[in-house]
Amino acid sequence: MAAENELVQMGALIGAGLACTGMGGAAIGIGHVVGNYLSGALRNPSAASSQTATMFIGIAFSEALGIFSFLVALLLMYAQ
Amino acid sequence: MATEGGPNIHPMEQFVVKPLFGGHELNWYTPTNVTLWMGIAVLVAVTLLIIGTRRRAIVPTRSQLLAEGLYGFVYKMIEDINGKAGLKYFPYIFTLFTFILISNTLGLVPYSFTTTSQAAVTVVLALAVFLTVTIIGLVKNGVGFLKVFWISSAPLALRPILAIIEIISYFVRPVSHSIRLMGNMMAGHAVIKVFAGFAGVLGLFSFFPIIAIMAVLGLELIVVFIQAYVFTILTVIYMNDALHPGGH
Repeated sequence: MAAENELVQMGALIGAGLACTGMGGAAIGIGHVVGNYLSGALRNPSAASSQTATMFIGIAFSEALGIFSFLVALLLMYAQ
Repeated sequence: MATEGGPNIHPMEQFVVKPLFGGHELNWYTPTNVTLWMGIAVLVAVTLLIIGTRRRAIVPTRSQLLAEGLYGFVYKMIEDINGKAGLKYFPYIFTLFTFILISNTLGLVPYSFTTTSQAAVTVVLALAVFLTVTIIGLVKNGVGFLKVFWISSAPLALRPILAIIEIISYFVRPVSHSIRLMGNMMAGHAVIKVFAGFAGVLGLFSFFPIIAIMAVLGLELIVVFIQAYVFTILTVIYMNDALHPGGH
C-alpha cells in the first residue's frame, strides 16, 4: 500500500511541475499585449493614455489562464 | 525546504487559517486570523477616509491627498466606461476597490495575513459582483438583458454559435474574477517566503536573498495595486453590460 501511495504522490508532483508550463503561455500572451500596446503608443503617443485601461484588461484576461495553471499545480500538491 | 541550521520557513505556512483564541475547530462563527485582518483592513480604510476628509483644506495634507486621490481615481474610471448612468453604483465599487487595495497592501507587512489570498474571501466578492450585475441587468432591462448574449453586429448565421460562447463566458466570469485575485496574492507572497527560506539556510551569505526580497517586495507593491485595479475595472465593465446591454 505504501509503495502505491508513493507512486500516486510522485505522479501528482510530476503533474504539478507539468502544469507550471502553462505559465509560459501566459507570459507570451502578456508580452504580446504590452509589446503591441507599446508599439502603438510610440506611433501615436497622444492616444496612448486613453488606452492604458484596455491594456490592463488584456493583461488580466491573459494572466488569468496562467493563474489557472498555477491553481492546478497547487491542487495537485496540497488537495488530495 | 530548509534542512538543518537556520529557521525552517515553509512558503505555504502563511496561508493557514487558524482560530484566534486557541483550539483547532473551525466553524463558520469561529473568529480566525482572516476575521482579524479583514477587520483591520476595514478599520484602516475607514480611518484613512475619515481623517482625510475631516479638514477639507484647500492645500491638502498627505492623508487628504490620498483619500481624494482614491475617490477621484475610481470616480473617473466609472465615468469613462459607464458614463453618468454608472455613477449611481459608485459607492459599491469604491468600497470594493478600497477594501481589496488595503487588504492586499496589509498582506505585505511582515507577520500579517493576506485575506485576499483565501479563495473563500475572493469568491464571495466575485459572486456578489456577479449577482449584482445580473440582478441590476434584469431589473433595469427585463428580457432585453438577454441581448448581451445575442451579438447583433455579427452575421446572422454566426449568432447562435456566438450566443453559446457568450453564455459560457458569462458564467465563467465569477470563477476567473476570483481566482485571478487569489492566485496573484498567493503566488506573490509565497515567492517572498521562498526567498526568506533561502536566507534562513545560507547563514553568512543571507545578504543576497535579503536584497532579492526587497526587490520582490517592490514588485509586489505594484502587483497589489494592479490587482485591486483589475478587479475593480472588470466589475465596472461587467456593470456596463447590465446598464447598456447589446449596444455601447
